[in-house]
Amino acid sequence: MSDRRHERAGDDIWKNRTDKINGELFALTYGSLVAQLVKDYEEYAEVNAQLDKMGYNIGGRLIEDFIAKSGTTKCGSFAETADVIAKVGFRMFLGITPQVTNWSPDGKEFSLIIDENPLTEFVELPDDAVAELWYSNVLCGVLRGALEMVLLQTEVAFVSDVLRGDEMTEIRVKLIRLLDEEVPAADE
Amino acid sequence: MYFAIVGTRDNPIYELDLPTPASSSAPNTSLKRDSVSDQKHLSQFIVHSALDIVEESMWGTNQMYLKVVDRFNEHHVSAYVTPSGAKLMLVHDAVGGDIRAFFVDVHELYVKMLMNPFSEINGSIGSQQFDAKVRALVRKHL
Repeated sequence: MSDRRHERAGDDIWKNRTDKINGELFALTYGSLVAQLVKDYEEYAEVNAQLDKMGYNIGGRLIEDFIAKSGTTKCGSFAETADVIAKVGFRMFLGITPQVTNWSPDGKEFSLIIDENPLTEFVELPDDAVAELWYSNVLCGVLRGALEMVLLQTEVAFVSDVLRGDEMTEIRVKLIRLLDEEVPAADE
Repeated sequence: MYFAIVGTRDNPIYELDLPTPASSSAPNTSLKRDSVSDQKHLSQFIVHSALDIVEESMWGTNQMYLKVVDRFNEHHVSAYVTPSGAKLMLVHDAVGGDIRAFFVDVHELYVKMLMNPFSEINGSIGSQQFDAKVRALVRKHL
């Protein structure tokens, strides 16, 4: 029942209350960003880290916009959080709805399976990047940053990616702990 | 038959050499191999010398497909110029086949390759997928 509510909320916001831009322009912009990072940093591990950092900054700001537009109230459980992320968050900002699966037995980890990634249209990874680069790593940073702002410390990472030849694109989200209201370390 | 995509600096971006068995008249296999690699060098030379003609004639028309621009003995050179200045050149004998449709399809493939952020604009295309697709198009149209 609450599933439908989130789904409908997400759909409604996506269709009526967001401005849209051309998907190709978006993919090309992100693509040149990653290509430039690859040229600048040379090591793919470093590129992954930078994408995550950028995502973290985006996420911290995005969460405000998200709450303002969607009017979401506090989630009752981590499971509900997962649902809201997939059905409202992703839907609002990327127009896609990943699937929430692979819950761990303690309910603190889940996977998001992404069918069609708007960031990766037309992208083919160069041969040496296939084993090391997580092209859409910015998404992990965004999730981590946004969740930290609502006091959930998480670890978010890619498990598999279609660009690397895997069967599907999967992000693993792990809840580490609930944070108390305190000044974030970066402000000191 | 020989197909090449030439960039704006007259550099080959992509080459596809399809030696047709009828063009080598030597019955001996070792001679045949030599003449096949000679064929490729000859084809490259033919394309290179046709580039000037392409550059001249492309300003005379607002079409991208330039049809047959040059002839060398029994080889015909057809050309197609993309908006970004890349030239698709085909060396073929005067056989039928829908050359325009072939060029249009390859142009589409080329555009998709360019949309890949990791590709370089005038750089050579090494992708196996691209090669396989172009070969399929050759079989389809020519």
